[in-house]
Order: sequence, then structure tokens, then C-alpha cells
Amino acid sequence: MTPQEIVDRLKEKFGDKVLESKLDGVSPWTEVDPAAILEISRFLRDDEALLMDHLELLGGVDYKDRIEVVYVVYSMKHRQRHILKVKLPRENPHIRTVESVWRVANWHERETYDMFGIVFDGHSDFRRILCPDDWEGYPLRRDYVFPKSYRGMPV
Amino acid sequence: MDVEFSGDIMTLNMGPQHPSTHGVLRLELKTDGEVVHEAIPHIGYLHRCFEKHAENVEYPGVIPFADRMDYVAAMSNELGYVLAVEKLMGIQVNDRVRYLRIIMAELNRIASHLVAAGTYGLDMGSFTPFVHCFRDRETILDLFEETCGARLLYNYNWIGGLMFDILPGFEERVIKFLDHFEPLVDDLNRLLSYNYIFVKRTANVGILTPEMAVSHGVTGPNLRGSGVKFDVRKDEPYLGYEEFDFDVPVGKGEYGPVGSCFDRYIVRIREVIESCKIVRQAVAGLKPGDIQEGIPKRIKPAAGEVYMRTECPRGEMGFYIVSDGGTKPYRVKVKSPCFTAMSAFKEISRGAMIADIVAIVGSLDIVLGEIDR
Amino acid sequence: MGVLEGRFKENVLITSLDWVINWARSWSPWPLTFGIACCAIEMMAAGAARYDLDRFGAGLFRPSPRQSDLMIVAGTVTLKMGTRIKRLYEQMPAPKYVISMGSCANNGGPYWQYGYHVLKGVDEVIPVDVYVPGCPPRPESLLEGLIQLQNKIRKQTIAKTS
Repeated sequence: MTPQEIVDRLKEKFGDKVLESKLDGVSPWTEVDPAAILEISRFLRDDEALLMDHLELLGGVDYKDRIEVVYVVYSMKHRQRHILKVKLPRENPHIRTVESVWRVANWHERETYDMFGIVFDGHSDFRRILCPDDWEGYPLRRDYVFPKSYRGMPV
Repeated sequence: MDVEFSGDIMTLNMGPQHPSTHGVLRLELKTDGEVVHEAIPHIGYLHRCFEKHAENVEYPGVIPFADRMDYVAAMSNELGYVLAVEKLMGIQVNDRVRYLRIIMAELNRIASHLVAAGTYGLDMGSFTPFVHCFRDRETILDLFEETCGARLLYNYNWIGGLMFDILPGFEERVIKFLDHFEPLVDDLNRLLSYNYIFVKRTANVGILTPEMAVSHGVTGPNLRGSGVKFDVRKDEPYLGYEEFDFDVPVGKGEYGPVGSCFDRYIVRIREVIESCKIVRQAVAGLKPGDIQEGIPKRIKPAAGEVYMRTECPRGEMGFYIVSDGGTKPYRVKVKSPCFTAMSAFKEISRGAMIADIVAIVGSLDIVLGEIDR
Repeated sequence: MGVLEGRFKENVLITSLDWVINWARSWSPWPLTFGIACCAIEMMAAGAARYDLDRFGAGLFRPSPRQSDLMIVAGTVTLKMGTRIKRLYEQMPAPKYVISMGSCANNGGPYWQYGYHVLKGVDEVIPVDVYVPGCPPRPESLLEGLIQLQNKIRKQTIAKTS
């Protein structure tokens, strides 16, 4: 299926939950409504024509006015890939977890929380993964200030 | 695996400093004596802020940092990053660069699998395969050192080309090494792979079913050990791998159920033979040319984003690069194969004994630099 | 360091005893298996067949800090790991020595500028005897560092130094 066909199939099922898409670059992407991410993910995994059973990457990108969460999904059977994006506000970003759809999202979402501060509602084991548990701040945000010391050790 | 659990649960710590955890990994084991209820991995002890550095240095300057993620197979990391940037900019490299990159990547794959096999033998208690594997690996490191000056972390793949060309006589030295090395794999099989104790310790342990593997995003030899025949070099080829003739070994469950530690290990040994085939074909087809002619004067991709994945020795490494039109990347996100393999660890190790935990960690072949970035 | 040091006044008997004790200590430093990152692979290569650590008596890597006298800190030390390194150092019995291997353990290495989670040098938490530069240092550099440590051990004395 071409990227345009994938977007059309999503639009016919979800209508206005599928927002803009950019399909002419090297990696085509589609933006969706954050409230519908769980249903769209389940549809992508279970639909016969799409069968996107492999979540390749789940990450965050901090733009100046918003934070985006990027989902790169791939179908092992049909050999096709698509990128989904979700735009969230910078203060207090919340989104549903897709852990029940792809098990690997568990760790990816913990890392995105650790680095950007995005809260994934419904996550089974919600805590930091890379930085220590008592770390302050979200390091990959653009306005992050490096700490002077941590537990007596200079940084 | 259904096991009768009885008695009190004790929390044991296989801490960051441990001879068998392949790096600074902390495993919290909830055990009732010998059988483990739950093994929770804690990572982050080697978090070196790669993604923050990548936002603050220019595109070519990210390559040494990318090296240091999976430090056992540095050529493959660099290759993944460089191919992603070239895809974003639309640069095509000439045939000599392509073939040299393939030769270096496959030699690196052989060296990395030798480290995996040697340290796995060491974990299981046998010291001789470790010394044999490292001795054979030294010849490969000599070949790398004469080309680019470094043994372990190379900075060799550049955006659009390579750092140095090979010295005269390199092809003969590579063929001489392969002729010397291929019979030694049989030695390794006799010594370690089909050894009765090794098979007993690994064959029925750490079963990973294919559905669990795909849902957990496990890739590479770990996925192929569970019977799923998927290799990025065959299914989404890059760099011209479709011109080469090689096989993709898959775990068959020779001594127990498919997806055990033994299957993952034996897939790696068989991949070493396949890599030798690829190197021979690449050396035979090497054409003359200039390796630096494709390098642009200023690396300034147009605004956009790209996702590119390559087959590293540990699985598929994916690079998601966002560019805003400047000379420094806006965001580089790395999906490392060991991170997803470790996320499946809790499922694989349910009901195992404490000695089996060591076998499972070794069979996943993790490198903490890649997990923590 | 240790129970013998600082008890005796200097005399010719102590000098000979010093020589024997330092000879024994310098030719059998048992390292702790403490590879953290890339330098650990070069440390393993130094312990393997081509560059042999065993000819210096240092081939017997001990898994427990309570049985080792040498800690080769090979790799980047992060803040999460720093408290654990301090605890491991305190668990080692005296006389104990530390070799800081690689530029990350010396002073932060390539991560000095934007590494918010990197400790800029392991000497912020534990005292270091020998620094081995390189990224990663060749196994021959590590052996040179070990020889420098042996020279340092041979200068120690159990007599009272005031």
C-alpha cells in the first residue's frame, strides 16, 4: 500500500481524528488527534490490510511551542512503514499509553517521560528509566538547565 | 512456565558490578531460594546523554558519539547514522565506498559475534573459547587499525564517503584471514557450541515465542532465534546488499523448543559463516575510485525528517533525525536493539533458576552503552 | 594502608622486609572485574592471549571487591554509578590501588561539555593512583599504566614516615 492509501484507510475509519499529513518527503508522516491514539493504534495493528505489528520507535521531539510524540510503526507481513505524530502542549502533556497494543511501548514511554516529562495515562510501571529516580527536570527539553551537583557530586 | 511457588520471597540484587552482566546492569531478583519469580532489570547506569550531545554538535561531529553507543560494533552504528543523513540529503555514494562499507560492516559483525560467543562461554564457565575468540578477533582489529588507525572506535564512515582508503595489499590480507578463520569456527563448535554441558545449560532455557518477540520489538539474532526469518539486509536492503548471495540462519530448535538461549547463540555462529561469504564476494567485486568525492562541502540538510534502520550485529538500529535546515541536527533519536531485547527480559526469565538468569542475559547479547545511550 | 604500616622505626631489617613485601604486592595485583563501557573491551583484550595481563600476576580477576587489591575503573562513570563506585572502593581491604583507565574516567572524556549525567572524572569520588589516557587506551597503554603502578608500589614502606 502506498502512504496515501494508508492515510485514506485511516480517514475512512476515523474521519476527522486524522489531521494533516506530509507524504512527499523521504519519510511520510500523519498527524492524529491525541485523544484517539489508542483506538488508532489498535486498528493499525489488527486491520487485515495494515497489520502493523511492530512498533519501531516511540520518541518525543521538543519544538518551541509544542512537544510531539512520534510513533514509527511497521508491518512485518506487508513490509510497509508509517509514522504517526501527536502534538501536545508543553505544560502538563498527557496522553494514553499504547502499552496494551505493542508491549515494547512500556519501556519507550518510560524513557519519553524521563526525557520530556510527558505523562502516559494508564501505564503499568510509571517511573524514570535512565536518570536516577530523584532526578529533577526533564533533560531533553530545550530549556533544560544543567544541575550544579547531584547528591554531593559535582556535575 | 507454571512452577509451584512456595515459601517467602527474598529480593536479591545482581548489582551493577557483576562479572556476568555484560556491563553495568542491575537485576532485581525476587526469588524463593533458587527459582526466580520476577527479574526486573534496572538500567541507566551508563546514560551518557548521547541525544543531548547530538543536538549541540554539527552533523559530522555526531559520528564519534554514535561510535560509543554500541562500542563492540562501532562500524555498524556509524553506518546507520551516516546512511540516515545521506537519505535525508539525497546523497548517492560510488561503488567503491559501498563495497568498502559492506566489507567493514561484515568484518565488524564477525568481530562482534566473536566477543558475544567468547563472553557467553566465559559466563557458562569455560575460559578457553574466550581466549580463542579474542585471539581471532585481534587479526580483524589489525585490519581495522591499518586502515583507520583505531582498534575499537573508528570514526571511519563519513557522510558521503569514508575517512581513509585501504592500503595496498588489504584485499590479500582479508582473504588470508578468512582462509585461516573459517576452519576455526568448526573448532569453536566442537569446543563450545555442541558441548554437552553447554547444551544442557542453554537448550531449554529462556524461551521467547515469535509473537512475544514481535510485540516486544525484538529484532536481529534474538528474533531469528525464535524462528522468524527477518533480516533488514534481505527484506529492506540498503547499500546494495541485494547484489550479494547469502543465507539468513534461523533457529530450528535442535535441542529443545524453538526460541531458547541455544537457538539465539547458534544463529550468531552461523551468521559468522554467512558474513565470511559476503566479505569474499565484496572483495572480489571491489572497484577503483575516489572515496571522498561524494562528501559535500557543508553538511546542511533541508528541513525535514527521516527514519532509517540498519542491521547491526545485535539487531536493527533505527535513527530518527529531524533537521531544521541548520548545520546541527535538531533531534537525533536512536532506537537501539538491545533496549527492546531487555524490555522482553521480564517475560523470558519468569520461572527460571538463578543460574539460568546468567544464561539468558548472555544469550540476549546486550551492550549497555547502547541501551542507555 | 594495612595493618603493618607505620608501626616500626626505620632500620636495615625493615628495608629488606620492605623489599620483600613490595615485591610480593607488586607482582600480584588482583583486579576487580569492573568494566563499565568501551574501555572494558580493551581491558578484556589486555587480559586475553595477545597482550597478556597474567604475566604481571594480574590475570586473576576477582568478582568480589573483598578479595581484590586493584580496581581498574574502565569507562564512563555516571552520577547514578558514582555512589556505587564509592561503596565498592570502601569494601576493598587495604592496601588498595585504583587505576583510572580512559579519558572518561580521567576527566569526563568526550562527554565533558553537555553530559548532564556524567561524572567528570572518577577522582571526584575516590582517590586515584595512576591515570591511563586514551579513548580507548590501547592494551599496551594499560600495561604501561600497570608498570607505573608497580613502580609506585615498590616505593612504599612499612616504616613510620613522619
